[in-house]
Amino acid sequence: MFYREAGQFRTSYAQDSQIFPLRQDRIGIAIILIAAVLLPFVANSYWLSAILIPWLVLSLVALGQNILMGYAGQLSLGSAGFMAVGAFACYNLILRVEGIPFVVAVALSGVCAALVGIVFGLPSLRIRGLYLAVATLAAQFFIVWALDKFPWFKNYDPAGVITAQPIIMFGHNFASPSEKYWVVLVIVAVLALLAKNMARGSVGRGWMAVRDMDVAAEAMGLSLLRTKLQAFAISSFYCGVGGALFAFAYLQTVEPSAFTIELSFRILFMVIIGGLGTIMGSFLGAGFILLMPIFLNVFFHGVFGQSVDASLISAVEQVIFGVMIIAFLIFEPLGLARLWQLTKERLRLWPFKH
Amino acid sequence: MTIAVPSSILQSAERAFPFGPPILELDSITLRFGGVQALTNISFNVLEHEIRAIIGPNGAGKSSMLNVINGIYQPQEGSITFRGERLSEMTPTHAAHLGIARTFQNIALFRGMSVLDNIMAGRILRTHATFLEVALQLPRARREESENRAAVEEIIEFLEIEHIRKTPVSRLPYGLQKRVELGRALAAEPKVLLLDEPMAGMNIEEKQDMCRFILDVNDHYGTTVVLIEHDMGVVMDISDRVVVLDYGKKIGDGTPGEVRSNQDVIDAYLGVAH
Amino acid sequence: MQNFWFFIEVLVGGLLSGIMYSLVALGFVLIYKASSVFNFAQGAMVFFAVLTFVGVMELGLPFWAALPVAIGVMVLVGMATERFVLRPLVSQSEDTLLMATIGLSFVIEGVAQLAWGVDVRNLNLGIQDEPINWVMDRTGMLISQLDITAGIVASVMVAALALLFSRTKVGRGLRAVADDHAAALSIGIPLKHIWMLVWATAGVVALVAGMLWGARSGVQFALVWVALKALPVLIIGGFTSVPGVIVAGLLVGASEKVVEVYIGPQFGGGVEVWFPYVLAVLFLLVRPEGLFGEKIIRRV
Repeated sequence: MFYREAGQFRTSYAQDSQIFPLRQDRIGIAIILIAAVLLPFVANSYWLSAILIPWLVLSLVALGQNILMGYAGQLSLGSAGFMAVGAFACYNLILRVEGIPFVVAVALSGVCAALVGIVFGLPSLRIRGLYLAVATLAAQFFIVWALDKFPWFKNYDPAGVITAQPIIMFGHNFASPSEKYWVVLVIVAVLALLAKNMARGSVGRGWMAVRDMDVAAEAMGLSLLRTKLQAFAISSFYCGVGGALFAFAYLQTVEPSAFTIELSFRILFMVIIGGLGTIMGSFLGAGFILLMPIFLNVFFHGVFGQSVDASLISAVEQVIFGVMIIAFLIFEPLGLARLWQLTKERLRLWPFKH
Repeated sequence: MTIAVPSSILQSAERAFPFGPPILELDSITLRFGGVQALTNISFNVLEHEIRAIIGPNGAGKSSMLNVINGIYQPQEGSITFRGERLSEMTPTHAAHLGIARTFQNIALFRGMSVLDNIMAGRILRTHATFLEVALQLPRARREESENRAAVEEIIEFLEIEHIRKTPVSRLPYGLQKRVELGRALAAEPKVLLLDEPMAGMNIEEKQDMCRFILDVNDHYGTTVVLIEHDMGVVMDISDRVVVLDYGKKIGDGTPGEVRSNQDVIDAYLGVAH
Repeated sequence: MQNFWFFIEVLVGGLLSGIMYSLVALGFVLIYKASSVFNFAQGAMVFFAVLTFVGVMELGLPFWAALPVAIGVMVLVGMATERFVLRPLVSQSEDTLLMATIGLSFVIEGVAQLAWGVDVRNLNLGIQDEPINWVMDRTGMLISQLDITAGIVASVMVAALALLFSRTKVGRGLRAVADDHAAALSIGIPLKHIWMLVWATAGVVALVAGMLWGARSGVQFALVWVALKALPVLIIGGFTSVPGVIVAGLLVGASEKVVEVYIGPQFGGGVEVWFPYVLAVLFLLVRPEGLFGEKIIRRV
């Protein structure tokens, strides 16, 4: 009875194509945003540093992966590789360009990752499916190897691991977890909005056309070359920015071995479980994948009384993720996002059944 | 070499768009797939503003002919002339830019999108905003979106599918899907509409609706229509001229009446060995 | 002269790994031929097969009893996969099935660790990982006895599988099933039996491959990623071609070793991690169907 749209009329096409056409949704999102901004005042720094920041950052990367896989239908297993490009580009930009604001460095790192993405996306013009996945695997392995073996990227550091510089903008050092959180929140929120706009507009329709029936798309005048490469570029941009934030706001170190193929698979799972082809799904999937180990830890602790072997938990986690992927693909390919949407539709009818 | 058009079919007084010069000319088209000869030395033309049917038994090469016209297949021999300009090569994208739109035999709708999005997708060539403008919702992007939406709503109204505009196309019954596909082709405001069995699998009411839509499009917008169709009644009723294919060869070309009494055509359909 | 023998040693080492890649890749080909599904979980199955074998032996079973037990377990895993993963998704796109098998690989890996723990185990097959003396004396080449034995066993299996496919009634039935399930059923091919045979064979292949790899480098989780190397082999050879996979395996094994040894040091090594994949991509751009695969035609 609260979530009704009775009395809310859209009188123009512009109104009909808003992101949140229902007033209740607009109020809801406003509350969420305000809560997100005020969060650091109530949350402890563990939650901020170990859960919320990585959740936001990985959601951003999952968004990039979703753009490429969910919207444009290009199978990719190389997201961690593009993250690595972003992280190292950001490190080197801040190192070598005097006084560059952090946001600018992050944006340029995204562009670097986009350029690399275009190069490794070129095979998509001739191959698809598993073959394309292998090409992205090649990208993943090659990028991480190159960043590792050419010492220039790591500023000739003998240990091979470099520390991320502090986040400095407008003369202020964003050092505390709260400050880092706000920087990440703003960047992720803005980029998510841009992604939503693209997905709902002509850009997103172009991607989905390529995904669903590329022959028909071509026959309508769509340039497959431009659309696919654009998807790779934008997707890699998001992964690159995510990688830079991953290194600077979360890990505090920048090393190639943090961007493994296991991470690429994690991102893949976030997208599948969260919902392919949705913006919301990236956030839900990232949250799910991040929270599961914590939940399992607490669960086992509660049931068995003492701390359980970490490898046991990770094995259980693997089984759960695998089973959920199969289950979602069979029963609800649109993932958690669709479940959320169905819940909302039920709420709109509540307290009626149908 | 084009076929001379007999004066008997020219200039009917009631037409809103009288027949123009040939908008499409196919000359000696030959298409092979490995050892299979799909089309042999096909030549015919399509006048501007007419409704041209391509008929023939199954496997005659009709879909292949359409695929050649819009560039999906490249013929080994022969040429396509569009509006008097001989084309060295046709690709699907080029065909779209020339103003040729089409539907497919097995429905090539974008299954992950709604009816509205599918038809909006047909406006690709009228969308010039870059991805950045769309992302930032800059004025040109918003204006284009509204304008395209207005144009698409006209088509939705014309095809009487307002009630399903937000439905994902995968949930629609077959007949409605075909109608949506027609809408998507119309969204491009094409000069030439290629329809591959637009009425396959429809019942009588749906066929009547489809015929009405095709005739209306031809009448209101002057769109040239080339359609492949099996239902003889439909072909005789709505087409101005007919091309008959059999085993990849042309065996008839003329008005419905002329073609109907052509002995070769009768033999082909009745299965006389030849 | 020393340089020549060294090159031969590297080449032989590469070819020997290559034949192992071919063996693992054949497991993929088997499943693909029978179901048109690329089973991403094959690597996990290799790992699980040999881990089960070793684990069962630790529980007290002798070598020759543990073998059929391990094979039996793999058949069960295969049947469960067919019933709970492949069948529900039978009408979905290739990409969906691929993602499902990725999920499956994680399930199997997780179950393997839950069942048998995470310790690295050694597998002693009775053959020493030592250079063959008379080769070393004559030419200075260090070629391990274990590697040669592994190579021979793998070659025998590969040859046997190749024959199975092309010559036998079963092989033909398999190809029919891959092409069209319904049609195969309608001409009386016993689908259930074929499936069981396919999964049993794939299980045996996985077990043997796992045993050979495990004897060389220990039975550990990294085995899963080694199997991933079979991907470039499949692409270069063509997914459906047994001879293609054999040739491609040898090519990949040899080239990655040669490149690693001769060019690798200039970059600090590690080239073999990505080289086969880049090679596969180059192949894809030039010849997408692989060396011997079938050309893929899409109908509009």
